[in-house]
Amino acid sequence: MAEYQTFEHDVLVVGAGGAGLRAAIAASAAGAKVGLVCKSLLGKAHTVMAEGGVAAALGNVDDRDNWRVHFADTMRGGQYVNNWRMAELHAREAPDRVRELEAWGALFDRTGDGRILQRNFGGHKYPRLAHVGDRTGLEMIRTLQDYGVHQGIDVHMECTVVQLFTSGGRIAGALGYDRERGRFRLFRSKAIVLGTGGIGRAYAITSNSWEYTGDGHALAYHAGAALQDMEFVQFHPTGMIWPPSVRGILVTEGVRGEGGVLRNRDGKRFMFDDIPENYRNQTADNEEEGWRYTQGDKSARRPPELLTRDHVARSILREVREGRGSPHGGVFLDISWIKRKLPNAAEHIIRKLPSMYHQFKQLADIDITTTPMEVGPTTHYIMGGVRVDGDTQSSTVPGLYAAGECAAGLHGANRLGGNSLSDLLVFGKRAGEHAAAFAREQGGASVDSGEVEEAVRAALEPFDRGEAADGRGPYQVQQELQTTMQDLVGIVRTEAEMARALEEIGRLEEQARRVGVSGNREYNPGWHTALDLSNLLTVSEAVTRAAIERKESRGGHFREDYPEKDPAWGKVNVVIRKGPDGAMQLAREPIRPLPPELQAVIEEQK
Amino acid sequence: MANETATFRVWRGDREGGKFVDYSTGVSPGMVVLDAIHQIQADQANDLAVRWNCKAGKCGSCSAEVNGVPKLMCMTRLNELQLDKPVTIEPMRSFPPVKDLVTDVSWNFAVKQQIKPFKPRAPDAPDGTWRMTQPDVDRVQEFRKCIECFLCQDVCHVLRDHRLHQEFIGPRYLVHVAALEMHPLDVEDRVPDLRREHGIGYCNITKCCTNVCPEHITITDNAIIPLKERVVDEFFDPLGRLVKIFSRKKEAP
Repeated sequence: MAEYQTFEHDVLVVGAGGAGLRAAIAASAAGAKVGLVCKSLLGKAHTVMAEGGVAAALGNVDDRDNWRVHFADTMRGGQYVNNWRMAELHAREAPDRVRELEAWGALFDRTGDGRILQRNFGGHKYPRLAHVGDRTGLEMIRTLQDYGVHQGIDVHMECTVVQLFTSGGRIAGALGYDRERGRFRLFRSKAIVLGTGGIGRAYAITSNSWEYTGDGHALAYHAGAALQDMEFVQFHPTGMIWPPSVRGILVTEGVRGEGGVLRNRDGKRFMFDDIPENYRNQTADNEEEGWRYTQGDKSARRPPELLTRDHVARSILREVREGRGSPHGGVFLDISWIKRKLPNAAEHIIRKLPSMYHQFKQLADIDITTTPMEVGPTTHYIMGGVRVDGDTQSSTVPGLYAAGECAAGLHGANRLGGNSLSDLLVFGKRAGEHAAAFAREQGGASVDSGEVEEAVRAALEPFDRGEAADGRGPYQVQQELQTTMQDLVGIVRTEAEMARALEEIGRLEEQARRVGVSGNREYNPGWHTALDLSNLLTVSEAVTRAAIERKESRGGHFREDYPEKDPAWGKVNVVIRKGPDGAMQLAREPIRPLPPELQAVIEEQK
Repeated sequence: MANETATFRVWRGDREGGKFVDYSTGVSPGMVVLDAIHQIQADQANDLAVRWNCKAGKCGSCSAEVNGVPKLMCMTRLNELQLDKPVTIEPMRSFPPVKDLVTDVSWNFAVKQQIKPFKPRAPDAPDGTWRMTQPDVDRVQEFRKCIECFLCQDVCHVLRDHRLHQEFIGPRYLVHVAALEMHPLDVEDRVPDLRREHGIGYCNITKCCTNVCPEHITITDNAIIPLKERVVDEFFDPLGRLVKIFSRKKEAP
């Protein structure tokens, strides 16, 4: 018989980044007995990496800003396939969620009159991002962590969930293992909130850590929940590219918000070359105007470097492909040029972008106050995820909720910078509250012990197989998958390449089933990697199939064989479910039409 | 450094004990110690235990001792090290070993739980918000840069050599208390705790913690010494004590 320890919770939150922490706090405040499972130590989750800021229409810097502008910006950025209800709630509630953090001890940078300072960011019409230099994510996660640990939440650190259990069509529990000893834990829970983040480790070049293996996406999918918008993967335009070992590490959009410009090898600001029609009215048509915008001139329009991330990433790729890239295959991002405009520019840069200064100095021997950075696109975020109800964050499986990056809808086809941090606050809270209400009203369900036994057995299989004679272990399979997704389902996609990717994923799935590991169950990263592989393969297949399905280009999804946006595709989401035969089923689900009052908001903001 | 190999002498073991094992792996320009560990893990020792997350010096997970010095492995470039002899990599010695480079740091989380949490004054504005100027928050923002890598705890001789984990909270949590005590909005009083439960008197300001801080927080000068001064004012200054008895008000931050 399999050995495992059993824990009982009203609400189990899987993931302890911003969304998970905020959900746990909300569920606990609603009176639920809450368990919080985190794959790493508490406070190390990916939220800590967020740099630029949290978007909320506080109107502290520009009083023309309000929820209507933020809503319209989010919808425009998402190319109108967003869940509009989420976009509305997000824009309306983000300011309160940010102010709440201040009440819990967060210290944002200040305006001259002592309020929360806000900065410019791509796709946001007005300065909207509350921030702390370029370490906003750290401030947020630490604030939530330090507040959360006093709310009576049971924290299970360094614990990975491998399977969800349902009973009679609703959620019933989850099985996890602790990294330290490799022992199994069964969580019986009346409701479960997924806050597991993204899928970046499916790609070779990514800003994401080892944890980002699509766990929540895969857990939900196998538990019967629908996924949506999986084709929309965000490639952040500016990742480090040199030296090789730092490739993919994020360079915050805040650099451009503070006046940084993109140049090709000829020194040309190529972003002026191609400004999309729906942004033309809002974009500066000369360098001087762009500079004035970054310095707070309200009459100026934003520089083209601050167009949406999908567009900037593709523009960089174009420069590189057409032979105008930098020596190591990227372009130049230059903030040092502002010394021509500002006295004490070096000091200013270090104060505004301290961790960028530090990162380049330490890892690349580059002083960003004097020298341009070399940057290129890096896999950063997935807009797609678990299909949820806009108000409650409930998935299509009763009792199962999702919030933050692992949920779909808010960002549509492309996320605006800064909207992820506000996303996880707004919808983390909502998910936690609704999960607590579900637990209260619906009570618990039983977990089938046979299913638990089977899940434990499956998780231990890699040990039974032992290390392969040819030396092909979990790391090699993972690396091949990453290369496949990077090369064949990346920024620019074609049907033929993606068909090849599917074949390749099928082949790697076969191999993953045979992967064995050595050593024992105690803190064994080889074993952990072997278990994560199955999630990575599931989400890679979902991304690829959805990307083949959507025969147009929109936001983060660009098809070389269908380079134009197609209005018919603007009316549907691609939804994925696990079929009765275990195969992935795709469907095009119509997007509910915008109610007239929200349509009016979009029109007024055009 | 291109296409060379180097030897990494990695501590392998568990709670019961362990030994150093040499691994030879290729090194290339720009590599950091964590890259070498990852290569070894992928090609030679799948079960080599190591914590890491961001690989950019922001999460504070990959703390270890490299050639005897507490470091973040992700921010330690190989070209800072002498590669003609083995590079020693071992776990932090202030904490019990779990496996290989992973240590049991749970004590740190337990300590934080015991520190009185943030307690703000009543809001300044009718809409429930506060007003603080940038100079007000600058000082505390320095402390809030802490990424909780625990390297300062690792190097602190009170913990490392004297093992006074039950009596002293260590530099990380003195910084945490300083961030709370100097927070412009906070009205809690942690000074009596500092003296007793937190054991601030054990620190004899050798500044080892400041020297290893990857975030360059001036731990000793900016956090610990001002806290020590508050303890002295509160408990060892007879005149100040009289004034306090009559005013009964917390010192303004």
